[in-house]
Amino acid sequence: MATFKEFRNKVKPNWCPGCGDFSVLAAMQRAFANQGLEPEDVVLVSGIGCSGRISGYLNSYGFHGIHGRALPIAQGLKLANRDLTVVAAGGDGDGFAIGMSHTIHAIRRNVDLTYIVMDNQVYGLTKGQTSPRSEMGFKTKSTPKGSIESSIAPLEMALTAGAGFVAQGFSSDLKQLTRLIEAGLTHKGFSLINVFSPCVTYNKINTYDWFKENLVNLDKEEGYNPSNRMMAMQKLMESDGLVTGLIYQNKERKSYEELIPGFDETPLAKQDLRLDRSAFEELVAEFA
Amino acid sequence: MVKQLSWKVGGQQGEGIDSTGEIFSTALNRLGYHLYGYRHFSSRIKGGHSNTKIRISIRPIRAVSDDLDVLVAFDQETIDLNAHELHSGGVILADAKFKPNLPEGVTARLFSVPFTKIAQGVGLAQMKNMVAVGASSAILGLPLQSFQGVIEEKFARKGQQVVDKNMQAIQEGADYIHAETGGPLEGLQLEPSDGKKRLYMIGNDAIALGAIAAGARLMAAYPITPSSEIMEYLIKRLSSFGGTVVQTEDEIAAISMVLGANYGGVRALTASAGPGLSLMTEAIGLSGMTETPAVIVDTQRGGPSTGLPTKQEQSDLNAMVYSTHGEIPKIVIAPSTAEECFYDTIQAFNLADKYQCPVIILSDLALSLGKQTVEPLDYDRIEIDRGKLITDSEGLKELENSELFKRYERTEDGISPRVQPGVKNGLHHVTGVEHDETGRPSENAVNRKKMVEKRLRKLAQGIDFKDPIYLDDRHEEPDLLIVGINSTRGVIQEGLERLEKEGMKVNHLHLRQLLPFPTEAVRPHVEKASKVIVVENNATGQLTDMIKLHVGMGEKIFHVGKYDGNPFLPSEVYNQCKELLVHGHV
Ligand SMILES: Cc1ncc(C[n+]2csc(CCOP(=O)(O)OP(=O)(O)O)c2C)c(N)n1
Ligand code: SF4
Ligand SMILES: [Mg+2]
Repeated sequence: MATFKEFRNKVKPNWCPGCGDFSVLAAMQRAFANQGLEPEDVVLVSGIGCSGRISGYLNSYGFHGIHGRALPIAQGLKLANRDLTVVAAGGDGDGFAIGMSHTIHAIRRNVDLTYIVMDNQVYGLTKGQTSPRSEMGFKTKSTPKGSIESSIAPLEMALTAGAGFVAQGFSSDLKQLTRLIEAGLTHKGFSLINVFSPCVTYNKINTYDWFKENLVNLDKEEGYNPSNRMMAMQKLMESDGLVTGLIYQNKERKSYEELIPGFDETPLAKQDLRLDRSAFEELVAEFA
Repeated sequence: MVKQLSWKVGGQQGEGIDSTGEIFSTALNRLGYHLYGYRHFSSRIKGGHSNTKIRISIRPIRAVSDDLDVLVAFDQETIDLNAHELHSGGVILADAKFKPNLPEGVTARLFSVPFTKIAQGVGLAQMKNMVAVGASSAILGLPLQSFQGVIEEKFARKGQQVVDKNMQAIQEGADYIHAETGGPLEGLQLEPSDGKKRLYMIGNDAIALGAIAAGARLMAAYPITPSSEIMEYLIKRLSSFGGTVVQTEDEIAAISMVLGANYGGVRALTASAGPGLSLMTEAIGLSGMTETPAVIVDTQRGGPSTGLPTKQEQSDLNAMVYSTHGEIPKIVIAPSTAEECFYDTIQAFNLADKYQCPVIILSDLALSLGKQTVEPLDYDRIEIDRGKLITDSEGLKELENSELFKRYERTEDGISPRVQPGVKNGLHHVTGVEHDETGRPSENAVNRKKMVEKRLRKLAQGIDFKDPIYLDDRHEEPDLLIVGINSTRGVIQEGLERLEKEGMKVNHLHLRQLLPFPTEAVRPHVEKASKVIVVENNATGQLTDMIKLHVGMGEKIFHVGKYDGNPFLPSEVYNQCKELLVHGHV
């Protein structure tokens, strides 16, 4: 069985020292190892951004695609080979701006994969522009007088889209984040894990200290019931989304793969492609 | 008796025009006639004039005709809009219910047949279609029993009584005409056919069937005219082979899923038309950069923007050849018959796996939706070649110390071994960022140059595509070479025959591979012709320019374009070519 070290490679991340993304990488490595996975079982599909670089830092299969499209690539991959553990990851711009439509439809579709958003409320790679997660008034290069658009509430959005698994982590709490990723991996269907992963270079508002002051840990909330969708919604609205932990899980909802008529247990990628003669002749007969 | 004729049925869209044409043509196909059916439809679902024109012949044909022999009309609008196509010996069969009248100047014979009344007498007004089928058969002298099997298959679910009633409607339609005319009409009676078994299908069905035969098991697509039939066919059929179709949120998702699936080791495809292809452009570049196979169908329609969604055009050539930023290896092939749609789709998957790059199957509306006779498809011609794909760890070197597999190894032919994820000792990284042989990002200038050259090397020596051109090479020193692409194959053939009858020497070349451009295959045929005319459904001469660019000799290459949304007619090809030959200009 692989240890978390076997999910490390020798590439030195080009993230700034202190970037929240380091912890996301470490949590993933631990979660894969804890789940008894081998590097070749895992494919990390990532988007474009500082966060998107993560697929190059993990010792597993990795696909670093184009901006905003990690989810459709990951879904195509999972449908091709349902034996693989497919994880998609990317930034808040990747998932909630250019790729927002894919995020909503991936939630609706419910292919069995885990999606980790490294949410730093800013565009890191392009050097500090506003993101759909930036607060109103947030000053950046692209909003010198402060953002005049409201911030999106991704988890409430996910709940209304019918998500079966919604969680939120924070880069400073490696233990909780690892546990949440593991829970996502074992959930049958689409799991969304938003992670507050501070950008120490371009976001001087939502800093580690700011999150420590403002976040509420649901693990410690007595009486919080993550299988209650109404409660989840209420909690998110009350706290302005500033919570961590497992927010909502519906264990009953069937995954897309389970619902496809006639979809085989054997992955498509391992099936024989040849048609036999009689099957071919039957198909052709329709046009005679 | 005649060797060929054209029959058209028209009425309000949604009124059963399609099924009338369907039943009539299925029976004719089974009798052994060659058919070509073209639907005229608008973007509306219900209402609006719609018609289906079917060409019937005892020899192969693949074009609509200039004129019309029989027009079946369910409303006066059909007569008003189409009667001018009828030649003087032509016939209109119109429902007596709407009191049809002949427009001024039309000399065709009008039969006012009580379609609806006869159908009501049999039991149901909707069966007026069947009455029309029977009346048509009587005019052409077709045996009515040829409809028995077709009607049984179509209505078996609804019980024997329904089958019998439909047959009765056909019979009574025929009887009515016989009583009026005393038998088949002189000049409209068809010569008997050879009775051979053939298929009758649209290009889109042939592409979809080809995809299944090639082993494709996943399709991701977003509906659009005129490509949706590919998706609809696969939705019906793929699940019996363990596969599935995903209707995505947009075409960007569709192509991205196709990349993910192909990366995962499954043959997957998407299909769309111009607007969708425009959205896919960035991901097509990702396919080229990451060397991930992808098969993409573009069924061209009238552009630009939403353009003419239900009309014929060939104006995506430049976009398919040149679009996507940067420089990638890409293949564009262009079948010109439904039969080629089938075999070329199989080849497309082999090419995608072999060269690890995007392969675009270019079609056009007339080819995708036009229904044509196809010789029986040959199971033994189905070949599957997955190229350098590795599906298990046998023979792979043990990877130590987080070392990676050289997925992008710089080989002599530029093509690297490709391991599908899940395989032990095959770990590697895939990225659209420039990368080294293991797939790790690299901005190193020496590596960059080598990787660009490696990718381009894959197609530099030409590709392994069986027939880059179709050729009707009749003369060593032709006065004229006519060049076309996609659906114009049949219409050029007919134009050519008329020119030849007048003593002109004409050859015909149809381009089936557009990228890489098959310069060596095309050049000698341009060289030996006095003049070259490129017939294409666009205004700017996209194919004309490509030929000039690659082959040269631009001074003798001329463009004949049509961009009003309709396919070329044989007379248009004939007239324009003759004009050029006689007067020196088009
Ligand atoms: C189609 C396209 N548009 C724009 C870009 C430029 N771009 C790269 S990353 C990025 C935003 C990154 O922000 P985010 O997704 O939040 O990731 P982060 O860098 O913050 O981790 C942009 C706009 C691109 N690569 N592709
Ligand atoms: S710019 Fe921000 S997000 Fe990017 S690496 Fe630096 S700290 Fe991380
Ligand atoms: Mg960001």
